Amino acid sequence: MAKNNKNLNEVEAADEERDLTAKETVGLSQGQLIRKRFFNHKPAVFSMFFLVFITLFVYSASGIHLNWGETPITVQGWWPYTITDIPETVFCEGSVGCPTWDHPFGQDPLGRDYFALVMRGAEQSIVVMLIIGFFGGLIGTVVGAISGYFRGWVDAVLMRFTDFIITIPSIIIGAVIGFRVGNLGVVPLAVYLGLFSWTGLSRLVRGEFLSLREREFVDAARVAGASNRRIIFKHILPNAMGVIIVSVTLMLSGAILLETGLSYIGFGVQAPDVSLGSLISEYQDSFTVSPWLFYWPGVLIILVALSVNFIGDGLRDAFDPRQRRQISRKELLKATFKKPADPSQN
Amino acid sequence: MTSTREAILEVENYNVEFWVDGVWYPAAIDMNFSVKAGQVLAIVGESGSGKSSSSMGLMSLLATNARTSGSVRVKGVEMLGTSKANLRKYRGKEVAYIFQEPMTALNPVYTIGFQIIETIRNHFNLGPTEARQRAIELLTLVELPNPETSVDKFPHQLSGGQRQRAMIAQALACDPALLIADEPTTALDVTVQAEIIELMRNLKDKLNSAVLLITHDMGVVADLADDILVMKDGFTVETGSADQIFNRPQHPYTQQLLAAVPKLGFAQTRPSVHLDNAQPVLEIENLVIEYPKRGRIPAFTAVKELSLTIFPGEIVGLVGESGSGKTTVGRAAIGLLPVKSGSIKINGQEIAGATQKDLAGIRRATGIVFQDPASSLNPRLPIGESIGEPILLAGVASGAELHSKVEDLLEQVELPRSYRNRFPHELSGGQRQRVGIARALALTPDLLIADEPTSALDVSVQARFLDLLLELQADLKFACLFISHDLAVVDILAHRIAVMQNGELVEAGLRDQILKNPQDPYTQRLIAAVPVPDPAVQRARREARLGRG
Repeated sequence: MAKNNKNLNEVEAADEERDLTAKETVGLSQGQLIRKRFFNHKPAVFSMFFLVFITLFVYSASGIHLNWGETPITVQGWWPYTITDIPETVFCEGSVGCPTWDHPFGQDPLGRDYFALVMRGAEQSIVVMLIIGFFGGLIGTVVGAISGYFRGWVDAVLMRFTDFIITIPSIIIGAVIGFRVGNLGVVPLAVYLGLFSWTGLSRLVRGEFLSLREREFVDAARVAGASNRRIIFKHILPNAMGVIIVSVTLMLSGAILLETGLSYIGFGVQAPDVSLGSLISEYQDSFTVSPWLFYWPGVLIILVALSVNFIGDGLRDAFDPRQRRQISRKELLKATFKKPADPSQN
Repeated sequence: MTSTREAILEVENYNVEFWVDGVWYPAAIDMNFSVKAGQVLAIVGESGSGKSSSSMGLMSLLATNARTSGSVRVKGVEMLGTSKANLRKYRGKEVAYIFQEPMTALNPVYTIGFQIIETIRNHFNLGPTEARQRAIELLTLVELPNPETSVDKFPHQLSGGQRQRAMIAQALACDPALLIADEPTTALDVTVQAEIIELMRNLKDKLNSAVLLITHDMGVVADLADDILVMKDGFTVETGSADQIFNRPQHPYTQQLLAAVPKLGFAQTRPSVHLDNAQPVLEIENLVIEYPKRGRIPAFTAVKELSLTIFPGEIVGLVGESGSGKTTVGRAAIGLLPVKSGSIKINGQEIAGATQKDLAGIRRATGIVFQDPASSLNPRLPIGESIGEPILLAGVASGAELHSKVEDLLEQVELPRSYRNRFPHELSGGQRQRVGIARALALTPDLLIADEPTSALDVSVQARFLDLLLELQADLKFACLFISHDLAVVDILAHRIAVMQNGELVEAGLRDQILKNPQDPYTQRLIAAVPVPDPAVQRARREARLGRG
């Protein structure tokens, strides 16, 4: 019935919307409003704290290792083992290297501490996620903004180029890149992947710019003498930020899976370094004998990707006030017993 | 109305509330009214007064965060708290709705015939052919041209007025005892509005339905209503017969509302400022503007051979219905649209074919106020920045000097100086439109272009806005091209009036000349269609029309 009403009565919805926004926004800036709506989205807030926690946990556990150039920079973490240490294998009933107090995630068949491996893998995944997100977001925004704002032949050229990139399956791009630069470590791999993962975003941004450039405030800015650059960056881009932030966030979880997938098929991070994908790939045979080798990296992938997705959902709801949250039956029942507001305030 | 007739709708102690952020906000408080067969009750009020919410709540059509209380009886049967199945039986059958926007209220993927037949077959046991026959009958009833072929048309193939007729046909499909019309003519041009009002009046007499009319337009009310209920902030302010409310309003709010309605032909005479030797501020000659061909859509000539001159200190009203090209002229005059041929000169400088650099200079002498206050201000910028942008980009002032200039401008349009840091969504529509004026006047232009600045505002807000514009004009002596579809508004402001139809200028002249003695038949039709907020005058005009016909 509510749905029916929504379709049927635009006027009513608009009226109501106006009332509501007037009520909830006295003295709040746009940013504050968005923050408030985001913090009302419980799964997103929980996911955000969880993600921060897991990032800190992972990095503090395994420390920071940058094998950039000649001299690798290494900061030790609090976990006593590294991925190259081979401590003595603990035997337990019916199996080898099962979880113990000393090795809570167990040991792999070589005897390496699995907790250290998983932490290192998660670290790699987070780095890949951020780098792909940064490059993909940057390129996608710029390409989309330019083609949506200028339209005409600029748009045609850029969008045909985008189409061309889209037609190449990402797994093949990834395989080629992984084959070429996988042995250089995870950072160059992520940068190259970022260079190919902006296409979806650029189309979204283009659409947003196409509609925003027709708004009257853009004309007003043009009449005021604003240059194209000023109109794009000062007037339109801040209004398109919602779309950009949301889709970059959702792109991040895709990035994790892309890296995992590549490493799983052997084109991503190369041994002796590890990633969550390469760990799963390497120990898939041991699923029956020592299942922990299989499920710890899997659980981490799911947790990180899921929490990033939830944050993206929360951001989308926060940026798009048109998607009003449906009032739940429980809330409504509770509300029935409340007194109406003082009409004089209304 | 005779009191012996049966009351179709009886509403007692009726309340509507919305649950928002943990508080119940009332939208309608303690309403009591009844509508009899053949009677038209108009609920009048400004936006946010709760008139729409209360009418939707009658048949429980509100969102889930709303609740209603009290009693609503349709033909003696209680509607509040009844089962969904029972509600469905009454919706469409006994109680039908007509909505404001026919384009959004009709489903674009089905033909209008399909939608009417659906309503009929939901309530009557009729075969497809009989139902189709009935649909054609209904379309004939609402005077849609060629009902046999129109029945298979999609909503986008019909004009705005025809769509509204189709929707009325759908509403009438089951001979409803009660028709609820929610702003049925607001989205239509005046001439079309006049036709639809005429149609509704005839239908009401023919079908003897009760009609609940919800509108903000006093002219429409004067034309249709038998009784009037005035609402403000959810409260019923005043009820009475149309004659009582219009001629002897008791409540100060009703009086204020009626006073705010602009009346055609009652404005003070304005001395002409036409100066023969002065250089015109805006000089348009043989202007042609064409929207170029896009894909399969052929090129469209929006303005054809138009010439118009505005002298310093003069307000020229440009009037026309939607699609007449009046907005196109305004936007071209400020260099926002490419000119196909002809010339536009501002203070003697040519705009047609000017480079971006030249345009920047020319634009410093102009300002524009846009139609929609919701979209003309950047939602991400504090209004102070929006107002100050022209000043900053022209290099006139910056830093603290800019701030004080912006605050002066805010004061000029009667807004508090502290509003500089507010965001557009924190202001009401009227306030936003004032900000729009402040921005347009930031560089003290010689020419102000106002593109329907009041069409999104309530009448009382509009009245204040027009006063402000007149004061500012008297003060700053800018010339103004005021674009509007509302003749009564133009009447208040303009020294001269130009009338456009289909991209052509049909008539131009001094205000009184155009309004009192129009020469062109289109202008005559336009003026005759403007509803006058006075039931007696409307009746006289209606009879005159009938006499002619």
